[in-house]
Amino acid sequence: MASITLKNVIKRYGSGKTANQVIHGVNAEIADGEFIVIVGPSGCGKSTLLRMVAGLEEISDGQISIGPRVVNNLEPAERDIAMVFQNYALYPHMSVFENMAYGLKIAKVPMDEIKARVDKAAKILEIGPFLQRKPRELSGGQRQRVAMGRAIVRQPQVFLFDEPLSNLDAKLRAQTRLEIQKLHRELGITSLFVTHDQVEAMTLAQRMIVMNGGVMEQFGTPEEVYTRPASTFVASFIGSPPMNLLKSAPDAPPDTIVGIRPEHLDITPSGWALQVEAVEMLGAERLVYGRWEHGSGDELVIIRTEESHHVPTLGSTIHVTPRADKIHHFESSTGKRKAEQP
Amino acid sequence: MVERNTGTRILAHAIMILGTLVVAFPIYLALVASTQTPQDFRQAPVPLWPGSNLWASYSAALTGGTSNLPVARMIWVSFVSTMVITFGKISISLLSAFAVVYFRFPLRKLCFWAIFITLMLPVEVRIGPTYQVVADLGLINTYAGLSVPLIASATATFLFRQFFLTVPDELVEAARVDGAGPMRFFKDILVPLSRTSIAALFVIQFIYGWNQYLWPLIAATSQDMYPIGVGLKQILGTGDAAPEWNVVMATAVLAMLPPAFVVVLMQKWFVKGLVDTEK
Repeated sequence: MASITLKNVIKRYGSGKTANQVIHGVNAEIADGEFIVIVGPSGCGKSTLLRMVAGLEEISDGQISIGPRVVNNLEPAERDIAMVFQNYALYPHMSVFENMAYGLKIAKVPMDEIKARVDKAAKILEIGPFLQRKPRELSGGQRQRVAMGRAIVRQPQVFLFDEPLSNLDAKLRAQTRLEIQKLHRELGITSLFVTHDQVEAMTLAQRMIVMNGGVMEQFGTPEEVYTRPASTFVASFIGSPPMNLLKSAPDAPPDTIVGIRPEHLDITPSGWALQVEAVEMLGAERLVYGRWEHGSGDELVIIRTEESHHVPTLGSTIHVTPRADKIHHFESSTGKRKAEQP
Repeated sequence: MVERNTGTRILAHAIMILGTLVVAFPIYLALVASTQTPQDFRQAPVPLWPGSNLWASYSAALTGGTSNLPVARMIWVSFVSTMVITFGKISISLLSAFAVVYFRFPLRKLCFWAIFITLMLPVEVRIGPTYQVVADLGLINTYAGLSVPLIASATATFLFRQFFLTVPDELVEAARVDGAGPMRFFKDILVPLSRTSIAALFVIQFIYGWNQYLWPLIAATSQDMYPIGVGLKQILGTGDAAPEWNVVMATAVLAMLPPAFVVVLMQKWFVKGLVDTEK
């Protein structure tokens, strides 16, 4: 097991004037045994970052260390990592056993130890009965387990997951999420997990890296990221529905975007006057979309309410009041979070 | 079939049976001829039912009989040179496709197109210079001379290239993470995955090699290095003597057996490969 250190990591394709930089200096210290989720929209560089740690992409600048070793110039196999790929990348012509054993065979681990390790991993993942089958005879969920098994048997210092759940259906995904958590508790191996799904990120992460456009926007626990987003991007990316970002709230300080999460707006007898445009029923709660017309323009505000006896009707006007301690302030020009007012 | 009524079914079957008859009749006639005595077969009308001279015809063909060209030897020569051509073609094409698809080296595109363009020229076009090279190397009347000039193949290289391009990148990366070097990846993953393509090519190239006529005609000058295609022509004779049709046909039937055997045998692989796709 090992820590991972990213020091000003940069990735660019091409060189000279035509160079296209896709990762702009990422710094992160990941402690031994931590489960880190890298989350962001597609094209934000999260997979590239992971692949640089894996050694599948060259590091253009900066430094990546796993444990005490700088791994910039090491082949993937020498980095003591194991990776679970999005499409599992199982070798189609090999049985499940051979798939899991292949890396060990190349590393010249003695056959009886390979057997023991594969059997152990198969037991943990409950894929024992399938060891002699070919990947094509397995369901998506089972293949996913085999892919994880292949990673486990190598007993690596670091696990890398590249959106491993995106090909599973919703139910299986939730179940596998729990299993990955359990697995991490049992094995305690440092893990990097890339996903575009914020629910996955929130539920799995001990700490999460939120990426946007090749820049690390925030690195913190899910709690921190949710309650104190570092920028308007994080505020709108994490949380569903996203935080309301009001660019021209009348009572805001100058050059400030006011952020308030939908669940922190209460329907009150007086306050911001919203005209209801849509109401969505989600079961336990409702989303109310209201247009707030104020002196300097109008804005769409989303409210999440559990109230069921008083349902706002379309076109009616309701009044809402934000909870004072839940209001966020962001710089309008940069989108960065403003320093907390004392 | 879209239509399922009786009329179209009968029509379809009639056409297919007719087609089969057209294709099969010459082969049948060859079989019949090989069982006749030379005199019987030369009479009009040509006999359409097997005669009683089967044993004599085939033993004459196999041992050389009157023409002194034993079929057994010619089949052996054909078999060896065909196997060298087939396996040579498959291994060289696999390797060159591997290089072209998986390695980034300078002038890679140029190499690919050079292979492609030069090898689109068939043996006939380059037969003069090829003969010169083979003769200078002293390879006339050797198995190497019969097979090596026919080994390089753009078709097979192209086919494997297309197949390799469909192998997902993730598989390559998984192998890298597992610590497999390029040749290990080639041997353990790429070649096993190409099995069905290899089987298909084996059939095609075996028949290509077996049916070679022009090249062996000039590369083999001594009788004991004649492959079956060339030998058949010799048995037919050129002089005044009437050809011994029973021996010629027996030779032709024997010459057909190995490729037929290969097709029948590999057909199972084809079907297997088509039924359980491994992706």
